[in-house]
Amino acid sequence: MKNFIPVFKDKNKASEDRSKIFVASRRDFLKIGSLATGGFLLGVNFQCSGPKGEVVTFAPNVYISFDSDNQVTLIAHRSEMGTGIRTSLPMIMADELGADWSKIKIVQAEGDEDKYGNQNTDGSFSVRMFFEPMRKAGATARHMLIQAAAAKWGVDPSECYTENSEVHLKESRKKVTFGDLVQDLLVMPLPDPAAVKTKELSEYKLVGTDVAIYDAKDIATGKAVFGADVDLPNMQIAMIARSPVVGAKIISYNDAKALAVPGVNQVVKIEGAGIPPGLDKPLEGLAVLASNTWAAKKGREALEIEWDLGPNQDYNSTAQLEAMAKSTLQNGKVRRERGNFNAAKSSAAKTLDKTFKIPFYAHATMEPIAVIADYKGDGSVEIWAPSQHPQWARGAVAGALGIELPQVKINVTLLGGGFGRKSKPDGVIEAALLSKAAKTPVRVQWTREDDLHHDFYHSHSAQRIVATLDGSGNLTGWNQHSVFPAIGATGNPDELHPSDGELGLGCTDFPFDVPNIRIETHESKAHTRIGWLRSVSNINHAFAAQCMMDEIAEARGVDPIQQAIELLGEDRDLNFAEETGGKYENYGEKIEDFPWNTGRMKKVIQAVAEKSNWSQNLASGKALGFAAHKSFLTYVACVVMVEKDANGNLIIPEVHYAVDCGVGVNTDRIKSQFEGGAQFATSLAMTSAITFDKGQVQQHNFDSYQIIRMPQSPKKIEVHIIPSTEKPTGVGEPPVPPYIPALANAVYKLTGKRIYELPFKV
Amino acid sequence: MENYTLTINGKKQEVSAEPDMPLLWVLRDLLNMKGTKFGCGQALCGACTVHLDDVAVRSCSLPISEVGAGNITTIEGLSEKGDHPLQEAWVEHVVPQCGYCQGGQIMTAAALLKQNPTPSEAEIEAAMQGNLCRCGTYNRIKSAIQTAASR
Ligand code: FES
Ligand code: FES
Repeated sequence: MKNFIPVFKDKNKASEDRSKIFVASRRDFLKIGSLATGGFLLGVNFQCSGPKGEVVTFAPNVYISFDSDNQVTLIAHRSEMGTGIRTSLPMIMADELGADWSKIKIVQAEGDEDKYGNQNTDGSFSVRMFFEPMRKAGATARHMLIQAAAAKWGVDPSECYTENSEVHLKESRKKVTFGDLVQDLLVMPLPDPAAVKTKELSEYKLVGTDVAIYDAKDIATGKAVFGADVDLPNMQIAMIARSPVVGAKIISYNDAKALAVPGVNQVVKIEGAGIPPGLDKPLEGLAVLASNTWAAKKGREALEIEWDLGPNQDYNSTAQLEAMAKSTLQNGKVRRERGNFNAAKSSAAKTLDKTFKIPFYAHATMEPIAVIADYKGDGSVEIWAPSQHPQWARGAVAGALGIELPQVKINVTLLGGGFGRKSKPDGVIEAALLSKAAKTPVRVQWTREDDLHHDFYHSHSAQRIVATLDGSGNLTGWNQHSVFPAIGATGNPDELHPSDGELGLGCTDFPFDVPNIRIETHESKAHTRIGWLRSVSNINHAFAAQCMMDEIAEARGVDPIQQAIELLGEDRDLNFAEETGGKYENYGEKIEDFPWNTGRMKKVIQAVAEKSNWSQNLASGKALGFAAHKSFLTYVACVVMVEKDANGNLIIPEVHYAVDCGVGVNTDRIKSQFEGGAQFATSLAMTSAITFDKGQVQQHNFDSYQIIRMPQSPKKIEVHIIPSTEKPTGVGEPPVPPYIPALANAVYKLTGKRIYELPFKV
Repeated sequence: MENYTLTINGKKQEVSAEPDMPLLWVLRDLLNMKGTKFGCGQALCGACTVHLDDVAVRSCSLPISEVGAGNITTIEGLSEKGDHPLQEAWVEHVVPQCGYCQGGQIMTAAALLKQNPTPSEAEIEAAMQGNLCRCGTYNRIKSAIQTAASR
């Protein structure tokens, strides 16, 4: 998430975006009211419809419009990468509006944050950030419709309600469609926002239920449009030979053989950023442009390039990880302090000292990056991209081409997976530069090898935890050393420690009631591009902390679930400000708005214990493991069951999750995020790792970078959603962190072997 | 370049292509049929699955010169109205997350059901293991196949 660097430091951004929506709507209202024919505004087409004449469209704000044919169109302004957000946010508006969901049309917004507000689809914050704005957008439209109908009927607005895209008069059969009110609405002033009331949660009919995603049928029939699916006349396809080592530069090249490949038209050099590589720059590379993908690929294979491999050419990640683990034996930079850990240690009856390691991970979205750019004669450029962060891409393209923001139009396609990878604009910049150079539309097509070799990786990490017990078995001290190359180091090589934002992901927010806590970090350098992957450093932190807690419970002779509840203590709001020197960032939200509440955490733990039948006497050959972890402001507890099949392979017959994410919007998509999260996390735990030797990635495709296949998937994944009226929080990332330690703890119970390094084999 | 006549979704199509061009790129680049997806190019992920005479094949690894006279079916041609029992079950179970792998998943599942209309869970797993889903929809895929098989 870009928020780890810029947005976290920019806490007011969200509220600014929220207020923009209604400011923009007034201006757009006027524009729309004065439009008589044709045109393209607010993502809505004005169409003519045969004998009835012109269809008139009314849009009370940028997200909603209805036309005189009673078509309700809702704008999805966040990127759809599989979370269902393209359905969930429109659902909220439709529910407020009283629209007929079965006839809703959803249109994807282009990248334009001035118009739509924040579009950075990352950090599990779409619902958190836009639940209220979507409610208000829908409520405003409903308010106006009701005013219009009431005026028509000469009744008090309180006598009217909306349903099925119609306004109804209570206790009568009178009704009028939204479409039939459009003419009245066109001359109506926008209401005072203070007069607009959103519905009570209990009045919602869609919110809080299972709703199928809007695109399900298009996907099942092959019609859904992803990044590579846009076709433009005269489009060339580009494949790029990128620097094999981050920072490598081209010394010279010979493209004669590439140009001789039938279908290859041109070879274009892309100037890379060098070192630091940056989060928003392409790598140095040589692009082969051809009339089809296959020719481009063969052309690329025929290139002869002499590289200056630069300072990372001797980099070996295994050696670095060893060195990182060793560095934790020294004193580090203290990032949180409570009590006196050293005193606890010197008086401890027992000390546990364990180091946990995780490798680099690649995102490996099923859709490798593919971006289409059309640089036009007038100096403007139109892009089609599977982008999580269209505004960032837009700015980066404007910068790279030396044009103004309004000259960059960016259309957002569906994303074939994102997980943080498609926040970065590198592929978009490549396409724009190449289209400008070639003077034709260009699709940049990444292969799987490109994807795995040139990612912004989830950083490898060493976590050492020292825990102390006193003579009565109380946990008296917790000392966690967290070391990993920081995301910020991709842009600033001097950033040698994890940032406050990264540490706030499951490390400095260690919630347990332990009298002495010290959290330290150590230096490590980035030798590749580090980015963020689904749940970010929560992966490292939760794996280490929750496996350690299991080990501590064992040492104390207590049940790990009992221990978690005991150590969360009384129901209360935690505040990490003092002990972190004010550096706890709470995912960019004020802690007063989104407190860390131990009671909510205990509740999910109790729920998962009950749903998984934690205290059952398991048949021999089966074992359960537990972990709980709050991330992205969502509380999650997880129990994983494991067993071995006849061949000694590990089977995961059951997974139980309990989640408190506040108000649940689309409960089916909450469940699907948890189902998918468990599967994603199984890959991280057991099959995937990126390693570097001589600065180069050693995995090339799904044979060497493995993600789980159907037989390895947990067989049953139950998701228990705690009913809640608290503010909604996201669910895209929170399923991942607790799953890995829950699985590892289960495996320990089954095999008697603790797991200290991922990916693990059984 | 060679000329080829392919039968795709019941329709004859003339294309000229290099003999080693995989069917995937013939479909996507030359015939503008974008339902079949590229995921790995190495027969490792199944995103590009189509049927060649009712058998699931990975089109990324099938050169056009080896297609011959067989009937090719793609996700666009699996059913006329998008109402193949698997497609219906897919919507019913809301299987897709990002959706990118799903065309390939459905094509593999359709070939399985053709050959084995009532597969066991283990048979489903065995048949589907060549199709990756990074979003993690395996369980719903399995349920949808079972639903379709039961009809
Ligand atoms: S693209 Fe053909 S199997 Fe992956
Ligand atoms: S649904 Fe996204 S890869 Fe399968």
